[in-house]
Parts: sequence; C-alpha cells; structure tokens
Amino acid sequence: MRKVAVVGYAQTPNVRTQLYQNEVEMLLSIIPELYETSGFNKDDIGFTCSGSTDYLSGQAFSFVMAVDALGAWPPINESHVEMDGAWAMYEAWVKIQTGEVDTAVAFSFGRSSMGDPAETMILQLDPYTLAPLGPDAPAVAALQARALIDSGKATERDFAEIAARSRRDAKNNPQAQLKGDLDVDALLAEPYMASPLRKHDLPPITDGACAMIIAAEDVIDKAAKPPVWITGLEHRFDSHQLGGRDLTISPSTQAAGEAAGVNKGKIDLAELHAPFSHQEIILKQALGLADDVTINASGGALAGNPLMCAGLARIGEAYRQIQDGKGNRAVAHATSGPCLQQNLVCVLEGQS
Amino acid sequence: MSEELKDPVKMIVTPVRCEYKFTPGFASQKFLRAIEKGKIFGQACDGCGKVYIPPRGACGRCGRATNLEVELKNTGTVVSYSVIRVPSENISVELPYVAASIVLDGADISIITLIQGCAYDEVRIGMRVEAVWRPEAEWGPSLNNISHFVPIDEPDVPFEQVKELS
Repeated sequence: MRKVAVVGYAQTPNVRTQLYQNEVEMLLSIIPELYETSGFNKDDIGFTCSGSTDYLSGQAFSFVMAVDALGAWPPINESHVEMDGAWAMYEAWVKIQTGEVDTAVAFSFGRSSMGDPAETMILQLDPYTLAPLGPDAPAVAALQARALIDSGKATERDFAEIAARSRRDAKNNPQAQLKGDLDVDALLAEPYMASPLRKHDLPPITDGACAMIIAAEDVIDKAAKPPVWITGLEHRFDSHQLGGRDLTISPSTQAAGEAAGVNKGKIDLAELHAPFSHQEIILKQALGLADDVTINASGGALAGNPLMCAGLARIGEAYRQIQDGKGNRAVAHATSGPCLQQNLVCVLEGQS
Repeated sequence: MSEELKDPVKMIVTPVRCEYKFTPGFASQKFLRAIEKGKIFGQACDGCGKVYIPPRGACGRCGRATNLEVELKNTGTVVSYSVIRVPSENISVELPYVAASIVLDGADISIITLIQGCAYDEVRIGMRVEAVWRPEAEWGPSLNNISHFVPIDEPDVPFEQVKELS
C-alpha cells in the first residue's frame, strides 16, 4: 500500500440559501484557497473526482459544469460518484494506490435550497414498493429513532443532549450554520416533527461545497503544512431494504471500522456523519468509541448539512482538528442512503 | 413459466415530482437581467481572456473566475449546423429547418440557435448571421428572447478562422 495523506482542505461557510453563487461559483470561492494552503497547484493534480447528485437542484450533469471551477484544459483525468464526496475521496485514494497518479482532488457541492431535500430523498428508496408510499427523510429516520428507543438503547433526552452539544460546539466553528446554547429541557418541550424526532434532531437545509487534496508519500515534500496520513480507509453497506435490517445497529459501520483499524490505537477525536441526532449513538457504538473521545467538535451535520458534502466535510474537519493540535489520531465517518445504509470510515493520523 | 408469471404486472404507479426554486448565482443573474433588456452579456476569463456565453462564472480551461463583463454583438458566424427533418414538440417551425451552432462576434464559445430567412440548403459553415429578437413585450430573462438568426450580406469567414472558433 502507498502511504497517502490529506494535504489540504477548504470549504464554504454552511448557509441556508446561497443566493449569490451557483455550484461553480461556490467551488471557485474555495479552490484557490485549497491550492494556496496545500502547496499543490492545478498542474500537480493527477486525478479529480467529485461527489454530487443532480436531484438536489434539478440540473442535469451539474457535476460536469462544476469541473469548470477546477480548469479542465488540457483535458484532465476526471471522475464522479453519485454519492457523498467522501466516496469521491475514496476513489481518488484508490487511484493513487494504483500508482497511476500521485496527487488528487476530491470535491463535492450541494445546493439543497433549490429543492425540497426531505422530499428529494424519497427518490433514493426502493422505487417499486417503498418510494410510492412517500416516506420523506425525517420519517424514515424517525423509524430508526423509534426502534432505538424501544430497544432501550437511548431516550429522547439523549437525542436532545446530542443536539445541544453539537450546537454549542459549533460556536467555535466559523463555518457552521446553526450554533448557540440550547436548554435540553426546553428542547424536550418542543413539538415533534416526526416522532420521536423534534426539529433539533433534524439536520438543517444547507448550501455548501468542499474540496480536499490528497497526495502520496512520494510527493509529500511539496506539502505546505504537516501532512495528515490516511492510515485506514474502508467502506461497507447494509441492505437497501429497510425492513431487512435491525435499524438500531450499523453492521456496515462496524465492519468498515474494524477493516480500517479504528481501534488499533487510541482515538483522540471523531467526526461522525450523523444527520439525525440519534444516529450518533448508533455510530459511536458501531465504532467502539470510548466515552473520552471528542465527537463532532465542529458541530457535525446537525450544525450544517450540505448534502453530498457533509461526509467529506467530516474528514476535512478531522484533518483540521489534527492540524490544530486537538489530537493526533482521529476517525472520520461518512454516510449515504437511508438510515445509515452505506458507511465509510477513515482513520487519520498526524505526526507519529 | 410458473403459474404466477402468466399474468405479469406490467404497470405500477409511482408518483415522482420534484419542484425547484431556481436561484441563478452571480454570473447567470447578470446575463439573465441583461438579456431581459435586449442586451447580450458574456464574461471574460481573468486569465486567458476567453469570453463565455451564457456565463456561469468560471473559465473551464483555466479554472479561474470570469469577472469582466463583455457586451456581445447581435452578429455571429455559423460554426456547425444540421438540417432537421423530424418534428419536435418544442419547435414549431416548418420542416426541414436548420439548427446551428454560432459564435457571436466577441465570444469564444458557441450558442445553439435556429437559422431562418434562407433556404435550408444555403446554410454553410462560415456564414455570417444576425439575431432576430422576439417582440419586446415577450422578453423575459431567457436566451429564448432571440427567436432565430438570419443570414446577413457579408463575406463568409474562412474555414481556418472558423476552426479556431468552434
């Protein structure tokens, strides 16, 4: 295996509605920063991969147009995944493992504000038997939350505490969308959105974009900052059929975590992609994280959830926290699909 | 074939509807507001100077912003065309008609349009054309304000130059 490191990361602020920038313009606002802070530039990049979905803003082939922000002349080696940008980063990592390239950009963008993301997400369900019933994203997540409560593994208060902690921690994240001090008792007095989930348990609707550069050891001398090494990277998935799963556990996260070697050393901090508050409990258990591990110091997806970006952003945030000396060994997680169906686990390490 | 498959289900109803509230972003906003007033504005790359229309904010070659606004003329050059002989729901002109790729004077990428005002077999690469706008009362924020292009009495642009445009 080639040693590969994250050498740069940039993201837009998470905002409810980005009126002034289309997808290309959002990316243009971060790509120059990505090059400047990483030490790598356009000519160094051997491979470019994006993660996005056209359903969000209703524009066919929006990912092709988005490449304009990176400059595609002379023609570039490029690919796309209809998944969160974390999987674009995975493809980039595989490309580097093949030896074909040494450096790659992974990016993603999502302008959820143009559509109705809760409704759009119905389209990711089985189109013959489930989607026609019309359960939107909060309704599907609520089934999972209810199962979790009924199994005795969590309470509504646990959910509210996760939401309150996330918003409080987000106060230190200038790019977070929702931040502030919330009172757990007051939260529990709020009405349900989709019981047992209340508004604070749901992610906000967010517009945003992010981009990352990863590089092989052979070219790491170019890096402007100390590299953060990717020492484990795996993804697994569970059944697409919700009725065929125990929704209170995440076997795919557990399997990916074990394969990535999460617990081969002490984890200092974690960035978990849990768009709904209760999912953090499932993920923490699946990854076997100890109680002293700092989870989602960035505020996580509950403080800003640009769809298709929020997973890659977890890896980016973990990278930043290691850069900032908040810890040396981190686990970042990304999810895709209904009720944590697909899961990617990335172990990051600073100087050994 | 088993018993159950003798009467296969051939149709199910799966309602799918996605609605979107379009927000154009900066570059498209400028373009759409200008064309609403009968003006064609492209944007030039900060690096190479190439002029894009409709602009989306970035130069796809350089990966740089296109900050300089450039007003384009109503005239241009045919860089490719096709004679269409099958009807389309969206286009109500008489068959056959010519769909063409033209580069407006001052622009570096082409737009797709219809050519009218001459026999379809007179259209050729290098031909000089001019925009025909719909009546002002019908204008909206759309390139569709230009109904079609018609030939103008100017010498053809030599193929070598057209090649650079297309």
